[in-house]
Amino acid sequence: MTQPGTIEAERSRDIRKRWLLSLPALLIVLLAATGPLLIVLLYSFLTPGPYGDVLWKASPDGWIGVFLEKDIFTETLSLADAHVSIFVRSVLLSLATTVVTLLFGFPTAYFIATRPERTRELWLLLITIPFWTNLLIRTFAVLQIIRNEGLINTLLMKFGLIERPIQMLFTDGAILTGMVYVYLPLMVLPVYANLEKLDFRLVEAAYDLYATPFRVLTKIIIPLAKPGLIAGSILVFIPALGAYVTPSILGGGKNLMLGNLIELQFGQGRNWPLGSALSITLMLIVTVALLVYVRNVGSQEKRHG
Amino acid sequence: MAESNAVEIRDVVKVFGFGEFAFSAVDHASIAIRKNEFFTLLGPSGCGKTTLLRLIAGFEYPTSGEIILNGEDIGTMPPFKRPINTVFQSYALFPHMTVAENIGFGLTMLGRPKQEVRDRVAAMLKLVRMEKLADRRTSQISGGQQQRVALARALAPKPKVLLLDEPLSALDYKLRKDMQIELKRLQAETGITFIFVTHDQEEALTMSDRIAVMSAGKILQVDSPRAIYDAPADRFVADFIGETNFLRGRIGSVSDGIAQVDTPMAGRVSATLPRDFVAEGDVTVVLRPEHAALCAADEPSGCQTTGTLENIVYFGTDTHYHVRLGDGETQFMLREQNKPLQRQRLSVGDRVGIRFEPNAARVLRN
Repeated sequence: MTQPGTIEAERSRDIRKRWLLSLPALLIVLLAATGPLLIVLLYSFLTPGPYGDVLWKASPDGWIGVFLEKDIFTETLSLADAHVSIFVRSVLLSLATTVVTLLFGFPTAYFIATRPERTRELWLLLITIPFWTNLLIRTFAVLQIIRNEGLINTLLMKFGLIERPIQMLFTDGAILTGMVYVYLPLMVLPVYANLEKLDFRLVEAAYDLYATPFRVLTKIIIPLAKPGLIAGSILVFIPALGAYVTPSILGGGKNLMLGNLIELQFGQGRNWPLGSALSITLMLIVTVALLVYVRNVGSQEKRHG
Repeated sequence: MAESNAVEIRDVVKVFGFGEFAFSAVDHASIAIRKNEFFTLLGPSGCGKTTLLRLIAGFEYPTSGEIILNGEDIGTMPPFKRPINTVFQSYALFPHMTVAENIGFGLTMLGRPKQEVRDRVAAMLKLVRMEKLADRRTSQISGGQQQRVALARALAPKPKVLLLDEPLSALDYKLRKDMQIELKRLQAETGITFIFVTHDQEEALTMSDRIAVMSAGKILQVDSPRAIYDAPADRFVADFIGETNFLRGRIGSVSDGIAQVDTPMAGRVSATLPRDFVAEGDVTVVLRPEHAALCAADEPSGCQTTGTLENIVYFGTDTHYHVRLGDGETQFMLREQNKPLQRQRLSVGDRVGIRFEPNAARVLRN
């Protein structure tokens, strides 16, 4: 048999090999994920350059600017109402998007999960078709439908239901519609993945034990689909909070969201430190929201058990 | 008369699929199941017994026919309105609830007060001897315990009828034996009508008050276990329940309900005739293995027939002998109880005689 020494050597070779194999993953984590984040964090503490970029001089102004603004003449600080309202609008719109995609996505996922196995793939394909088209084009398609001379208004006027076009474009409703449309598949897919594994004999058992269809839904199906519902909500809420294309096209630059505000600082505003600080604030909001959400749902789970 | 029936199935048909793919899972079935009865639907897999059970539970609706409960046709009533509960083959316990929550689910759905639910759950836990595991998750208990929780959950709302869909098939032999006794005890204690589905004929014989034997969607015979075993209605029932020897023959003479049947392989056999049987022509005679015994081949006076011993199978309580009869085609099986310290006196290839117990053979419809 082999000697203890060679086993030892083999083991260390084995460990080295394992490190080598995981190198690509480590590189991606370090360079692509952590690296840029550190740069953004660093920039948020520097001074803005006159034509964008940053000057290598430490300054807290970027962070101060997130919620406060300096009066040009008196140099006194006051609450930046514009920023606050953008933060609030972003969070509310993202929450609304999550709720609406839940309301539409859950029945859709349930429908697909209860189809015969052979036709399920076709339905899934239909759900993913919008992914094949560029986000910009999809958003312009929504714009074509809801603008004053668009499909809905033209039809309504043709049938004499309205005299003047309804202003739908450049409203929060337009942003919400666009975001729901864009993020719906992100809700449907994880919920479907969960429902597909659901043991429908449990549904029968609940029916058998005097649960009405509504009770079966609330007491059996939704609790068991919870992991999928959580995953879907996270997948929708996070990108919605930082959404840029949809609000800038459908909101018309008037109803800004966080993504637009950040873009503004890096572009016309020429205030990279403020943009960086805003980006990190956005990340913190997401982190806190996730922690609260997961903890709440988790404790509910425990109470059940 | 109708009052004594718990469930009555009247000419029920269930067709799955359409057109040329249509297939009758249940084919004009009629049974009256009495109150407080342990009733078993027995048949091979695919015979329609589970479909019939699902029709009674309400998971399927009959294509035609009626299902009568308390004098009312419940054929198209949804399952949550029927006072019938089911123990599923897979148990189907809710994984996001504790044992106690599972058991209390039905009563909670019925809107019973919390205190009543708690008391009833405690009583059910006691009934199935699971008091200590009330707060466990269903994934943290063994298969036998899950089985008992499924039973308690189905019994808790005090259903008029309890349906059991092969509930013991997932358990190992010893546990299955224990649960058979447990089920009988629960049925006696609760006084609820049990409708039990199984493909295990031994289970059906030991547990049931009455058995319905099914094949290809049809009900072939409804009778007590003893009657089914001793007087099978046709060849399928005789073959499916227990082990049987089939002997082809022609009726020679009949007197007093006993027919003399001439068989090419075993000579003239005297066999009991079914009551309403018109005895003539070709028939099949059936004889259970335990109703025959070995005798010395060189003593032809006491033996019905002779043959060559082909196989000896030892079963602990008894030994099975497979004998190739004189015609070279028929294999005859007989069973002898083992006695203590008995030595094996025969070996494969020996010529042996076979003795039939008087009047144990029966004539069957062909």
